[in-house]
Amino acid sequence: MRAHPLVELTRVKFLEFIREPEALFWVLVFPVLLSLALGIAFRARTPQALAVAVQDGAGAQAAAAALGNDPGLAPRILSEGEAREALRTGKVALVVIPGDSYTYWFDPSRDDSRVARLAADAALQEAAGRKDPRGAAVREMTEKGSRYIDFLVPGLLGMNLMGTGMWGIGFSIVTARSRGLLKRLIATPMRRRDFLLAQMLGRLLFLIPEVVVLVGFAHVAFGVPIAGSIAALTLVTGLGGLAFTGIGLLVAARPRTIEGVSGLMNFVMLPMWIFSGVFFSPARFPDALQPAIHLLPLTALNDALRAVMIDGTSLSAVAKDLLVVAGWGAAAFAVALKLFRWK
Amino acid sequence: MSTIAIECRGLTKRYGDVVAVDGLDLSVRTGECFGLLGPNGAGKTTTVEILEGISEPDSGGVVILGESWTNGAASLRERIGIQLQETQLAEKLTVLETITLFRSFYRRGLEPRDVMRIVRLEEKEKAWVRKLSGGQKQRLSLAAALVGDPEILFLDEPTTGLDPQARRQVWDVIAEVRSRGGTVLLTTHYMEEAERLCERVAIVDRGKVIALDTPAGLIAGLGAEHVLEIETDPAPDLARLQGLTGVRHARIDGGIVSLTVGEVHVAVPALLDELAAASIGLKRLTTHHATLEDVFVAMTGRHLRES
Repeated sequence: MRAHPLVELTRVKFLEFIREPEALFWVLVFPVLLSLALGIAFRARTPQALAVAVQDGAGAQAAAAALGNDPGLAPRILSEGEAREALRTGKVALVVIPGDSYTYWFDPSRDDSRVARLAADAALQEAAGRKDPRGAAVREMTEKGSRYIDFLVPGLLGMNLMGTGMWGIGFSIVTARSRGLLKRLIATPMRRRDFLLAQMLGRLLFLIPEVVVLVGFAHVAFGVPIAGSIAALTLVTGLGGLAFTGIGLLVAARPRTIEGVSGLMNFVMLPMWIFSGVFFSPARFPDALQPAIHLLPLTALNDALRAVMIDGTSLSAVAKDLLVVAGWGAAAFAVALKLFRWK
Repeated sequence: MSTIAIECRGLTKRYGDVVAVDGLDLSVRTGECFGLLGPNGAGKTTTVEILEGISEPDSGGVVILGESWTNGAASLRERIGIQLQETQLAEKLTVLETITLFRSFYRRGLEPRDVMRIVRLEEKEKAWVRKLSGGQKQRLSLAAALVGDPEILFLDEPTTGLDPQARRQVWDVIAEVRSRGGTVLLTTHYMEEAERLCERVAIVDRGKVIALDTPAGLIAGLGAEHVLEIETDPAPDLARLQGLTGVRHARIDGGIVSLTVGEVHVAVPALLDELAAASIGLKRLTTHHATLEDVFVAMTGRHLRES
């Protein structure tokens, strides 16, 4: 007995994917390697002491000793010329010029420079006998979910869902078109809708290993939390995967060559690599850009993934993001159906 | 049930300024193997793709199995099998997976394993398409056309680019399909293929049918059954050769003189006498039975393989 064409088409799509070693590498291995490398590079750092210079002269020794009382500062004594050079090249965050009153020579555009100035002033004033009118204690934040790797992994997952959806669909469709296979398929009783649906279903199938491998690895190797429910995470990744498959179908709807579709994909994905908060928060971009940035499907998907994975929020709290993602996917799929070139 | 399987009238198709099909009429009977013979660019593929419902004609009508593509496409797709000229099937699927996929598209049809046996790819069941030879790929493509157990099989240049042995294997498969009944429409630019497989042949040139008959009928239409080819030094006077006993037609092409003759044993002595009388040296003389190629050359002045 024959299988339903949708089942056969999906099976074939999946088989073709797992028989492509390069695709397996980029989808399964590469994100793990990337998270491993970045996880190590940005692992929980013991805060490093800020290098500060004391300009040589009367009182330099005493000033350096006073600065040394703050474990967050690493003072050394340099001549005026050396100190200027060290500050200019960023080797020290601050130069203290001793005298009757201290002069702080720093670069106000650098965060570390501003911090060093405040810390140095406090250390020097304290050493000179200043008493704080009120006591103050400190507490350090070391909870999981606050580190860079915790920020990064949902972003990588989002980027991967985008990349696999686009490349996995785009390449195979344009290859099939350029080899005359799409034309051959429409010469059979196959329904065109079945073919396009199978692309999406096949995509959903290999979404499972993709998500499990990356999230599992990040969880085991770096203790990246999965704060929300597995069901919520499944739904968000499934929706994201489908939406980018829809966009992939749209991008692949017309081109006849691999070069053509590659260019188009990079054109579509590049803004999202930059603006959508994969490696750093999109809050760094100017306010005027924010509304547009948050309408990008990957920004919305990354926000939803972070909320569910790291903050453990409910799906209803990210409903707006999910709506943006679903809207892109549905609109792209509908337009792709209209534009699709079979010959 | 109509006895006409494929019928088209006044088919026209333009691509920009190029007229690919120019008012073409065709009528293929149920159960026959019909060939469209012509050089590259004659409009064969365009014609077949219109008949297959893949392209639309600019004007003219098509009736397949009593239905039109505008009204009966869904049921027609179930009833015909198609081999396109240059389909490359998915490389990383096996032979069986490919046939099973195509089988799933048809409501009724043959078992994938039976089709593999017909096209003689049983031993390649688990081989990836990428690993198949040109002839094996072509037979797999035939299998994909056969798996819906079609009433009409369309084959567009089924053996182009294959070596002689692979070509013969494809012919064997087509012959076996023919023995099971059903109509076949094939295009080719190999006259040997048309002579061997087809009951009737339409010669297509510049988008039109210029001759239509059985292969034997077309050759008989030359009024001569044999072709004499000679090379001489210097070149002979064609008009004088044309007047020789038994010679129907003489033409010269690239230094080779072709004479279509009724009886070789009459024409050859007359030819030799004529050459000796005119002191023309004979470098080569060959003779063969007239073929569709000779028919095509006689009708168009060009060879089939000239594009």
